[in-house]
Amino acid sequence: MLQAQKTAPNKSSGMKSLARREKIDGWLFIAPFMILCLIFFVGPLLVAFMLSFKEYSFLDSNTMFQAKWVWFQNYIDVLKNPTFRKALWNTTRYSVFVAPIQLVIALLLALVVNGGIKGKSFFRTVYYIPTQTSAVAVAVIFMFLFKQDGIFNKFTSLFGIQPHNFLTEPKTALPVIMSMAIWSSVGLYMVIFLAGLQDIPDSLYEAAGIDGASNWQRFRYITIPMLKPTIFLNVVVSMIGCFQVYDQAYVVSQGNGGPLDSTMTVVLYLTRTGFREFKMGQACATAFILFVIIFALTIAQKKLFGEETSM
Amino acid sequence: METAKIKNKKPISLGKVILYTLAILYAVIALGPFIWTLITSFKPAAETAKMTVDVSKLTVSNYTYIWTKFPFLRWTLNSIIVAAIVTGFNILINSMAGYALARLDFPGKKLIFLLILAMMMVPGQVVMVPTYMLLSKFGWVDSFKGLTIPFLYSLFNIFLMRQFFLSIPKSLEEAALIDGMGRFRIFFKIAMPLAGPALSTQFILTFAGNWNSFLWPSLLASTPEHYTLPVGLNSFYGQYFSLWNQVTAGVMILTIPTIILFLIFQKNFIKGIATSGLKD
Repeated sequence: MLQAQKTAPNKSSGMKSLARREKIDGWLFIAPFMILCLIFFVGPLLVAFMLSFKEYSFLDSNTMFQAKWVWFQNYIDVLKNPTFRKALWNTTRYSVFVAPIQLVIALLLALVVNGGIKGKSFFRTVYYIPTQTSAVAVAVIFMFLFKQDGIFNKFTSLFGIQPHNFLTEPKTALPVIMSMAIWSSVGLYMVIFLAGLQDIPDSLYEAAGIDGASNWQRFRYITIPMLKPTIFLNVVVSMIGCFQVYDQAYVVSQGNGGPLDSTMTVVLYLTRTGFREFKMGQACATAFILFVIIFALTIAQKKLFGEETSM
Repeated sequence: METAKIKNKKPISLGKVILYTLAILYAVIALGPFIWTLITSFKPAAETAKMTVDVSKLTVSNYTYIWTKFPFLRWTLNSIIVAAIVTGFNILINSMAGYALARLDFPGKKLIFLLILAMMMVPGQVVMVPTYMLLSKFGWVDSFKGLTIPFLYSLFNIFLMRQFFLSIPKSLEEAALIDGMGRFRIFFKIAMPLAGPALSTQFILTFAGNWNSFLWPSLLASTPEHYTLPVGLNSFYGQYFSLWNQVTAGVMILTIPTIILFLIFQKNFIKGIATSGLKD
């Protein structure tokens, strides 16, 4: 009896110190990330927001805090700029083609390697390999394949098709960039689809089999509904990635967005404004316009897919 | 049951034919460009434009040429150093943060997690201009510090690690805690060894992401001695784009390391994506 009374308070104070210790440990564990994130993300984010309302060049002698407030003038200037409009048009066209095509191919491949074929893991690995490749390398590979006397033109000329210089013709430069983006990112979405497919319980398919459902019906009424959260995730990730396209367009046009601005993208325009023309205010305004577009698309897709798919 | 199976046999085998055709067709599409580029990188200059392959004439001289006559060796070393530092610290910092968010109870935890989710929505380009200004203030532009220190964490991978740690049972860790083991030892001795698949995923995503990254290094490295491989290859291509056999050798130097790493870690990688709740 006496003993029990003695240990009870000890134990609760022990629990208390354990809980306090946990609070300190929690902060210690998260501190390295917090410090880096404050310096290299939160701080710059606030500064970017401020700069987007100011007229400031990196080369100015005054500091960014002394720079003149121009409020929405940067946003207006960017939105009125014909090169930006061309960039936004190209980026939209790019995203509208690339995102759906790469997701359909990715889903198809995921179904193929999830089905009962031999060498599944071989095919899975092969399909993922292009995803591991640098966009710069992919751009150079595609320029090599699609050049005037490259293998693609040699191949199509067998069927009597005139060779094209795909990357110097304004009409075909962007489609080639689209095809390299699709080729090099299908693997990622396939792996995510695969993870989603493997989570669908077999019992659902078995039950459908007993009910005599056809393959198409199983796909339409089990796979697609069960895969909805995965599809939502992939659509969002793929759209966000598409709107940030930069590397391939830079390499193909050597930073100019040419020929005739046909490969100019929003991020290419942003870096050119900021780091070649040194209009930091306008570059930040461009960045926030991009952010608003991406944010709006994500919200719109969430509405489209229904409320139950939470990220 | 048995008769139903036999009845179904025919359409299934037709489906199989279609499945195999699709599988092989896309394998050719995925690998074809690599194989053609790889072959070209072993061709002598006179053979480069030909669509045929003369095996007896293949040579490694393109590789030795760009390693010795151009700074490809320097660029490769730079890429290895930068990617190793960034990947190592990312794994440590992201895993610790993810662990704290999954397991430890501390004030502000909910808010921090919500902020991480919110910040994941912000495209990296938004902070590009101020970060560049900050780095130039520190004197870190065109230095290894600038190429590594701002990139030592990843919001996405913190989220991934948190989801993973939530998915594994915590009884082992609780037992160790009762035995008086400290949190840091529990983390390194118990939690991290259990996190193999998630760590593989994080390793592959971070290493490949950094090794392949172009936008930041092209802004931050202004002299060739600080170029990483993608920046170097871009500048080499810009000047010598007609020397396709050497350009393709450069492509292979940039491409092969990440592919080899993927082949080593791929089993765990796919498992890691499946178990870390990435799809939810």
